Amino acid sequence: MTAAFDVLQSAWRNPRGRTGALILLIVTIAALFGPVLLPDPLAQPDVLDASRPPGLGHPFGTDQLSRDVLARVVSGGRISLSVAFLAVGLSVTLGAAVGLVSGYWGGAVDALLMRIVDGALAIPRLFILLLVLAVWERVPVLALILLIGATGWFATSRLVRGEVLRIREEGYVRAAEVLGARRHRIIFRHLLPNALGPLLVAATLGVGDVILLEAGLSFLGLGIQPPTPSWGGMILDSREVMISAPWAGIFPGLAIVITVLAANLFGDALRDAVDPRSA
Amino acid sequence: MTTVLEVNNLRVSFPGPAHSRFCPVDGVSFSLQRGETLALVGESGCGKSLTSLALLQLIPAPGRIESGSGIRLGDTDVLALKGEALRRIRGRRIGMIFQDPMTSLNPVFTVEAQITEGILAHFRISKAEARDRALQLLQEVGIPDPGERLKAYPHQLSGGMRQRVMIAIALSAEPEILVADEPTTALDVTVQAQILEVLDDLRARRGMAVLLITHDLGIVAGRADRVAVMYAGQIVEEASTPRLFASPSHPYTQGLFASVPRITGPLQRLNPIRGSVPAASAWPTGCRFRPRCPKAFDRSEVEPPLLPVGPDHRMRCWLAEQTKETGHG
Amino acid sequence: MTPLLAVRDLVKHYKGGGLFGRSAPVVRAVDGVSFEVARGETLALVGESGCGKSSVGRTILRLQEPTSGQALYEGVDVFSLDRTALRQLRRRMQIIFQDPYSSLNPRMSAGAAIAEGLEIHRLAARSEIPGRVAALLEEVGLDPTYTKRYPHEFSGGQRQRIGIARALAVQPSFIVCDEPVSALDVSVQAQVLNLLSDLQRQRGLSYLFIAHDLAVVRQIAHRIAVMYLGRIVEEGPTDQILSFPRHPYTVALLSAVPEPDPSASRNRIVLSGDLPSPSNPPPGCPFHSRCFHPQKNARCSTEVPTLRPVAGTVAACHYAESTPTVAELSIAGVR
Repeated sequence: MTAAFDVLQSAWRNPRGRTGALILLIVTIAALFGPVLLPDPLAQPDVLDASRPPGLGHPFGTDQLSRDVLARVVSGGRISLSVAFLAVGLSVTLGAAVGLVSGYWGGAVDALLMRIVDGALAIPRLFILLLVLAVWERVPVLALILLIGATGWFATSRLVRGEVLRIREEGYVRAAEVLGARRHRIIFRHLLPNALGPLLVAATLGVGDVILLEAGLSFLGLGIQPPTPSWGGMILDSREVMISAPWAGIFPGLAIVITVLAANLFGDALRDAVDPRSA
Repeated sequence: MTTVLEVNNLRVSFPGPAHSRFCPVDGVSFSLQRGETLALVGESGCGKSLTSLALLQLIPAPGRIESGSGIRLGDTDVLALKGEALRRIRGRRIGMIFQDPMTSLNPVFTVEAQITEGILAHFRISKAEARDRALQLLQEVGIPDPGERLKAYPHQLSGGMRQRVMIAIALSAEPEILVADEPTTALDVTVQAQILEVLDDLRARRGMAVLLITHDLGIVAGRADRVAVMYAGQIVEEASTPRLFASPSHPYTQGLFASVPRITGPLQRLNPIRGSVPAASAWPTGCRFRPRCPKAFDRSEVEPPLLPVGPDHRMRCWLAEQTKETGHG
Repeated sequence: MTPLLAVRDLVKHYKGGGLFGRSAPVVRAVDGVSFEVARGETLALVGESGCGKSSVGRTILRLQEPTSGQALYEGVDVFSLDRTALRQLRRRMQIIFQDPYSSLNPRMSAGAAIAEGLEIHRLAARSEIPGRVAALLEEVGLDPTYTKRYPHEFSGGQRQRIGIARALAVQPSFIVCDEPVSALDVSVQAQVLNLLSDLQRQRGLSYLFIAHDLAVVRQIAHRIAVMYLGRIVEEGPTDQILSFPRHPYTVALLSAVPEPDPSASRNRIVLSGDLPSPSNPPPGCPFHSRCFHPQKNARCSTEVPTLRPVAGTVAACHYAESTPTVAELSIAGVR
């Protein structure tokens, strides 16, 4: 049994947490398997089919290039969710590593790392991303993931460092030191498992943040590049037909709202599970 | 003698698995006379602290006081009170001090603010008058240089000083009853002695009744007039302090005495009670001490009531019928 | 015979946590402490909170680095060892903590916690570990089938037993017991004290028993060292310290022990005032600000008394010969 498992179980018992988790699960499954069942999101079958309202053949309608909006929302979700999960995975890993090193070693290492983090936190993440992406035209998806991930770990590292500072004073960590345990044993058997709960919360709430961030960047034309569908990009494309074919923008917008809301619901439930006092 | 507090068949319950409820306090009755100190003694989990919280309806949710329980404060039925009426007896008629003087004071307010808060809440007097009273109270609880201490923040005081401030706060509205829940457990022994002196002095001077809740038989001796020993949510033995110490009769009380290391007398190996305290959700059937009792016998399978052992001495054990004291003491 | 552990002039100062290099006063947690522990012996380090007793225990095990001094374990200075040598030595020196709740990793089963030392020092083949763990559980009085259970499934006393088993796993000869029973209920406290005595006899262990309760200490200690403000103020055989203390602080400490006996409880010395801050100890004798010795005079506030032999104990008091006993004080009318 791990900390993460306990926390997940407890969040699942919370009705809001369960709703969030179920929605996230459905969205993820749709994003994984939907593209197999739906028409090609890039296909433009017939110019005459452009800007069709939602109906039988196209449940979400078609956009001005006569592409199926449902297919694009689903495959855009695949991209948006991959970016979110991978970027958050990267930033959580980085944050955990830096936090563990900083909290456990302490001293000069800690001081240096935390000053770097302080500095990084003083610059808005969006500003860094806009700066890089403004220079780097047509950024590949992988690079976008790395960029978002690499700029998202600062707060997490602080969180983990705080946890480590608390846990390392606990009797069991002292006892392990007196037993002669090496650092890696103390870190991986004692510190990390007991810090996993808060880390999981940060990760889940981070997924919502990153989906919004990526959508924003794509909306500005700086994120996922067309013709690859993304939720932000779809809203950008729909601006010209906002009045005549609003469904082209409404559905990707709804997808963003629902997914982010689900991630936040689940994240809040996890946080309650980790620290009942914050409930 | 005037009875100031009467607790009758108090039961406090908490939700258990599958909509069941269990009772960490299960049928506690006692009364408190004016000017008297009653000690409620027991180990952790025996229900002594919940009993004290119930007196002011301070049981934390989802716990609740079961119907059929009675708490009478003079002529007042405490359990019938709500809202404003309840607030008015808190502090005013029953004051409380808790174990941890470090967390019981609010770190962002001065001592003065925290003492006058209670005074101003219960009396229609000016701030200056309240301040004078606060000053008097600090003097009364033995704080040196009280004028300076009024301006201090909690972190500037030692543990013993904080506990004195807590006592001053509890006394600020001149309650008839002071409930002291492990008041010295977090303190060093030399400071503990000081605080116990203060409590004793105040009781004598103000004629307050004190309900002393503790796990330590040592601080009961010589402080309390009567002792009630709690085990598994019930009072298992009750007697005047000299009588209880002279002839502890319930096997649990005897076990407690045999477990306490002593500083004087012949050095003997301690003779602890076997096993550990059962969980409140699984009190044993019959006599609750039966699984740990060296003297358990067939009748222990039926739960005993409090039976007389001697004058003003009762215990919850069938052995009472055989071991009745023969009028000494 | 050389003692198992000899501590010489141990000093541990904490730098004040001044932010931005602001200098805060140095806290003299341990201020020149020396003692010895023989094989199979229990030395109790007794004092109130803040006297530095826990810092001594932790520093000897190098959970904290000392400011100066020596700790010779079988003649080897623990403070001079590098990481590898220290790791080897730690098999010999173990610790048992006060808080049974924080002393076990909530994510590790009882068996895994006890096995940890065996794994670290490769004291048993993988296949032998379950057997060794079961034997240790039995030795500390727990059901050997409890290995798979997690800490939250145990009571405080049971957790403390698991902590003891974890320490015993590496077959130490010296254990620092840091207030091992003070968080436990009376009945459980007695069980654990008895267990510690039995283990000492069976395994020939030496204990440094850190505690504040003299009645508890009496059950287990061969010798007692009383600490006040970072120093040992009196040291001697248990009987001697308890029946004929020579330092006024020891007298006060003894008289403050609440004895469960209504007739004995009246002879109490209630010390005036609080413990002075260890960052700003009084000059001269550290105890003089609270001392009730009838001979207390100006010398006490200027000249630091050194530990010297007085009638069966060693005490740091200028007038140790004439220190009144509790009984004498109560006759003289001091409460």
